[in-house]
Amino acid sequence: MGPGESNLGPLALQANILTVNGKNATGSLSLPTPVVAEASPAVSPGDTSVLAGVYGPAEVKVSKEIFNKATLEVILRPKTGLPGVPEKSRERLIRSTCEAVVLGALHPRTSITVVLQVVSDAGSLLACCLNAACMALVDAGVPMRALFCGVTCALDSDGTLVLDPTTKQEKEARAVLTFALDSVEQKLLMSTTKGLYSDAELQQCLAAAQAAAQHVFRFFRESLQRRYSKS
Amino acid sequence: MKETPLSNCERRFLLRAIEEKKRLDGRQTYDYRSIKISFGTDYGCCIVELGKTRVLGQVSCELVSPKLNRATEGILFFNLELSQMAAPAFEPGRQSDLLVKLNRLLERCLRNSKCIDTESLCVVAGEKVWQIRVDLHLLNHDGNIIDAASIAAVVALCHFRRPDVSVQGDEVTLYTPEERDPVPLSIHHMPICVSFAFFQQGTYLLVDPNEREERVMDGLLVIAMNKHREICTIQSSESPSSPG
Repeated sequence: MGPGESNLGPLALQANILTVNGKNATGSLSLPTPVVAEASPAVSPGDTSVLAGVYGPAEVKVSKEIFNKATLEVILRPKTGLPGVPEKSRERLIRSTCEAVVLGALHPRTSITVVLQVVSDAGSLLACCLNAACMALVDAGVPMRALFCGVTCALDSDGTLVLDPTTKQEKEARAVLTFALDSVEQKLLMSTTKGLYSDAELQQCLAAAQAAAQHVFRFFRESLQRRYSKS
Repeated sequence: MKETPLSNCERRFLLRAIEEKKRLDGRQTYDYRSIKISFGTDYGCCIVELGKTRVLGQVSCELVSPKLNRATEGILFFNLELSQMAAPAFEPGRQSDLLVKLNRLLERCLRNSKCIDTESLCVVAGEKVWQIRVDLHLLNHDGNIIDAASIAAVVALCHFRRPDVSVQGDEVTLYTPEERDPVPLSIHHMPICVSFAFFQQGTYLLVDPNEREERVMDGLLVIAMNKHREICTIQSSESPSSPG
């Protein structure tokens, strides 16, 4: 399957309000008020589902405060067992993506916390987490310079490219590449790769991911329109 | 993040309303909030919503060596986690008291009541038994965590299927789900916790307190019971926010 074709599975996004107490933080308020878990979208390509909640901009511990921007924290909880090294590594990747888009300078000495809970994992988990985190940040009203989305590509032994692979496809693939792309020009924000691939294959995967990202952003826009037009 | 303290006028308002037999959401004294249970794609995965309180439950299993003093019984392990998503006050290092209390209550309710037949989890006596692990994650806190958690645990255990195993002499064969259909757990009965909140030194009682009512309550009584009207666990405790 060549670049330009997208075989993304059905995407689903439900934004539910978890708690109703809490006020919106707007730029005009002098004190940042906590936005209490306003969004919990579960974005599921296929059967992978992740729940995300965002708190912030809110009070930060003195040890963690940064004088000129907001401290971003990402917490990823697996479904079974205690969080381990894979979770920590994904948290760091998601945090660096969020730090690149969130306008932290507007809220210095505050903290923005993104909490992610894996509800089901059937492959492409990191991409799903990125999508959920982005939607939660948007729904919570955190100022960002762009939206971002995650796309996973798997290259199998004869060079066929598969987008959003299942767990089985990821295991049998020669290389698995995950990209975070921004919504303005589909530029690359973060990439993490595992396996063997050539330079040309990397470019091919990136092009396919950028084409797929257009679909994801269109889906984000439609979902947000539906959500905010109901009320 | 520190918890927002409850204002005095809100506390007075809630207590006054309870004295006049009114609840903020319009329920009667013995009314439960509506319960919604949905299942995930994996066996043993469920999400329970008790009003706005939401708990995610997942059951998993593993073959391990049994405990030395219980060589023919399987192992049950329960873990309730208060995710920071549930309330901003649930920071990773800060919730030990409440967490320990809830976990102990859940263990007593489900393990000591022998609702799961642990003898059926034995594969090879003294060598290999099934360890059933129940992970519960609190996704949103709107009061009465223990009831929602006990429902989620019971539902997840009923929904779960473990891989089929056959023993021939010394050989143990573990079948994948494709080879042989997974097998459900042997459940004797289903204990469910019901919480009662007390106000004004026990004068007033409410069932299924929500988060605001929990903040102003004096004490809490939790009774775990199954459908045969057998009491599995009782716990009476003072509310952490009550004076003295």
